[in-house]
Amino acid sequence: MTKETATALVEVKEIHKVFDLGSHFLQKHKPKVRAINDVSFSIYEGDSFCLVGESGCGKSTLARTVMGLLEPTAGEIHYRGQRIDHLKHKQRRPYHRSMSMIFQNPYASLNPRRTIQKTLEEPLRFHFPDLSTQEIKEKVEEVMVSVGNDPSWGKRYPHEFSGGQRQRLSIARALMVDPDFIVADEPISALDVSIQAQVLNVMMDAQEKRNLTYLFITHDLSVVEHFGSTVGVMYLGSLCELAQTKTLFAKPRHPYTQILLSAIPKLSCEEMQHSKLTGEVPSAMSLPSGCVFHNRCPYANHRCETEIPLLRSLEDGRAVSCHGVEEGRIDA
Amino acid sequence: MNRLKTALDSDFFYRFKTDKVAIVSFSVLMLFFLAALFAPLLSPMDPHDPIQIDIMDSEIPPLWSSGADTDPDERFLLGTDQQGRDMLSAILYGLRISIVIGLFAVAVQMIIGIAIGLISGYFGGRIDSFFMRLADIQLSLSTMMIAIIVLAIFQASFGADLYEELAIFMLVMVIGIAEWPQYARTIRASVLAEKNKEYVDAARVIGLGAPTIIMRHILPNTLSPLLVISTVQVANAIISEAALSFLGLGMPVTMPSLGSLISSGFEFIFSGSWWITVIPSVVLILLILTINLLGDWLRDVLNPKLYKG
Repeated sequence: MTKETATALVEVKEIHKVFDLGSHFLQKHKPKVRAINDVSFSIYEGDSFCLVGESGCGKSTLARTVMGLLEPTAGEIHYRGQRIDHLKHKQRRPYHRSMSMIFQNPYASLNPRRTIQKTLEEPLRFHFPDLSTQEIKEKVEEVMVSVGNDPSWGKRYPHEFSGGQRQRLSIARALMVDPDFIVADEPISALDVSIQAQVLNVMMDAQEKRNLTYLFITHDLSVVEHFGSTVGVMYLGSLCELAQTKTLFAKPRHPYTQILLSAIPKLSCEEMQHSKLTGEVPSAMSLPSGCVFHNRCPYANHRCETEIPLLRSLEDGRAVSCHGVEEGRIDA
Repeated sequence: MNRLKTALDSDFFYRFKTDKVAIVSFSVLMLFFLAALFAPLLSPMDPHDPIQIDIMDSEIPPLWSSGADTDPDERFLLGTDQQGRDMLSAILYGLRISIVIGLFAVAVQMIIGIAIGLISGYFGGRIDSFFMRLADIQLSLSTMMIAIIVLAIFQASFGADLYEELAIFMLVMVIGIAEWPQYARTIRASVLAEKNKEYVDAARVIGLGAPTIIMRHILPNTLSPLLVISTVQVANAIISEAALSFLGLGMPVTMPSLGSLISSGFEFIFSGSWWITVIPSVVLILLILTINLLGDWLRDVLNPKLYKG
């Protein structure tokens, strides 16, 4: 693989994120939520890196940590080889320009009291204070057209638009400063199915034209298959499996990925081999010992209960964190 | 003109038009405001000017009353007080002072309260705890108590002459500072709700600094509850001022507000000169009532959950 040799655009190195829950001074043990545990991966230029996992597994937390909205408890985040997670606000400014974000809820991500024009101009005026009013206007128009919006919408307020239109406005705002890297935190999950495809296409068009790299958070596996080039599967704050989309969908190795993929609805009945998962996701406040998946895993043994598995690369370019796969107990 | 048309077509204006209580309160309130604004033009004499006051005119009853010791005088529509001051002029000027103190005291409350509320809501943590405990302490001491202590000390240490000059300023500051927690708490609650919305995250992702985010994104979205408390607070400030003046700690008798007028007439109420107390009281009650009714109406309109069918 040639990609291995290229430097990664974004590298996430052994990130941990622990949230302290509100506690009072009489409590001996402060309750903690371990949202992300030792997650590392690299995103290469031009990639669409998809993070999948069920609700509450730490996908959004990870995305927000990468963007600097949250500070990692431990670990490092690198952008083009430069460490950025410990930078002060002012030093981070060039990275604010080259990294952008699209949010999940189109109804909350646009300031209801500002017109679309003002919202779109804001990042430009902040990062390029030298631009003239005319240049700003032209840029806004260009981006609006490129995401399929009518440039005359500028005078209106967000509440006058539908969910899909707002999400396209949100994408337009993210594209305003010509970023290289965009984090999309479940950008289509709040939308109608018919609109989802439209928004995805807008994002893919933008990627082609503007040479973008995406970190795409989703829980929709069919979207991953359509959109992603690399997939990371998360469970309870840990990365289970990391692979090229084709490799992963052809043959999932981690038991959790296998069960996850078997849950995709299929058209023909013969293909249906839905393996059901028993029990519930354990609470992130008290993580299971060893492998976080061991108490629901059909292949778990004693080692899984005690030892935390590491993410190990396999020969086909994927990485799996599972003792069973490593020992050769599981090959489905 | 276009803006005016949008405003007239708005739901807000429609609900105003269809609510009789709102129309009446608003009209009465506007009447008071205009009367206060044009007091120098409307009043027959300047009640602050001792030269125009003649002690021989004292305690003349209002025009329509009869049976009092002295006969009504055509010059004094609402009668005169014990110094011979025309009550109509005194009330108009008093209204002016009361409204000025009410508005400016609320402006002071607003500035302090909004600043503290925004900072403590946005930054949270220790800053938040510090300001909110300060607010708790402030709220546990009643406004009247603080005002009485401060004003009494000021009067005692700097003398009554200086106090008379600075009375308006002192009242504005004392009432303003004593009531900031109302604003700070309301703003803080709204900020806590707003700051977790994604548009704030979007602004942070752009790289905007905290002051810009607070002023440009959060503040405009926290303003509607402010409008409602402001009306209540103006009424409260006017009442506080009246109460302080009644106790002799507010406006001096030479520059009476509504409260000082009520207080100055109180001594004469049993000797038959009821009008010196009653007429300013009625004006004060009407003023407060209309402000509160308007505030209630505003709260109902701005809170969509309270639609009354």
